Amino acid sequence: MADTRRPLSPHLQVYRWQVQMASSIVHRVTGVALAFGTLLVLWGLLELAGGERSFDQFKICIGSPAGMLLLFGWSWALFYHLCNGIRHLIQDTGAGYEIRQFVRSSWLSVIGSVVLTVLVWAYVLMAGGVA
Amino acid sequence: MSANELRDPLKAARGLGSAQSGVGHWWTQRITAVALVVLGIWFVILVLGLLHADYATAHYTVGRPWNAVLLIAFAITAFWHAALGLQVVIEDYVHTRWREISLLVLVKFLAVLGALVSVLAVLRIALGV
Repeated sequence: MADTRRPLSPHLQVYRWQVQMASSIVHRVTGVALAFGTLLVLWGLLELAGGERSFDQFKICIGSPAGMLLLFGWSWALFYHLCNGIRHLIQDTGAGYEIRQFVRSSWLSVIGSVVLTVLVWAYVLMAGGVA
Repeated sequence: MSANELRDPLKAARGLGSAQSGVGHWWTQRITAVALVVLGIWFVILVLGLLHADYATAHYTVGRPWNAVLLIAFAITAFWHAALGLQVVIEDYVHTRWREISLLVLVKFLAVLGALVSVLAVLRIALGV
């Protein structure tokens, strides 16, 4: 363990909940999730390279309720990490650090990711499902 | 730094800094992020276009030259960006040194392996082998 004799910040639960805290930790969580989600892309490519039978099996797996749930989570994580990632890239230029701007852009990432996810899945459902 | 060192401390700091690796990690994470903004959106559109596609259609679409090239770029960049991100998370939260080092090495190995497997799969599809 690290040396903990130095002063430590108070426990997380004494902080009032703020959107900036959520947008920051969710960026990490979705990042880790997407790292595993990349295996989903890898899986699809492998099955497609493996021939017609393996690809059809992949379609059945990914089109099942569990598969769709996985895809749904994957798409939201991707869109959140995308929106908030663009926000961080803009902040890397030094812009948007005013507290009000910071809070507003946090909400923008959250709402943007939900809107994109809903749009994509509305399209998928209108097209009649995944596979 | 010894007391009679005449060189400006700035000279040692410039370029590499205290971590001895400079801003390489930070910069690469940003470059791959910018690439993934474009490639990620393109990938989602590609997948949406393949809804309900049968094997022949999917195989043909993925194997078209530009799609294959962009897919390879997407796979390599995604695994690269993932490895850099997971590295930061491990460095922040894993405080037992041997576990930290082992995980860092494991993540790098798996990321390279994942990228190579993806590239081979796309090449097999594109070249029809």
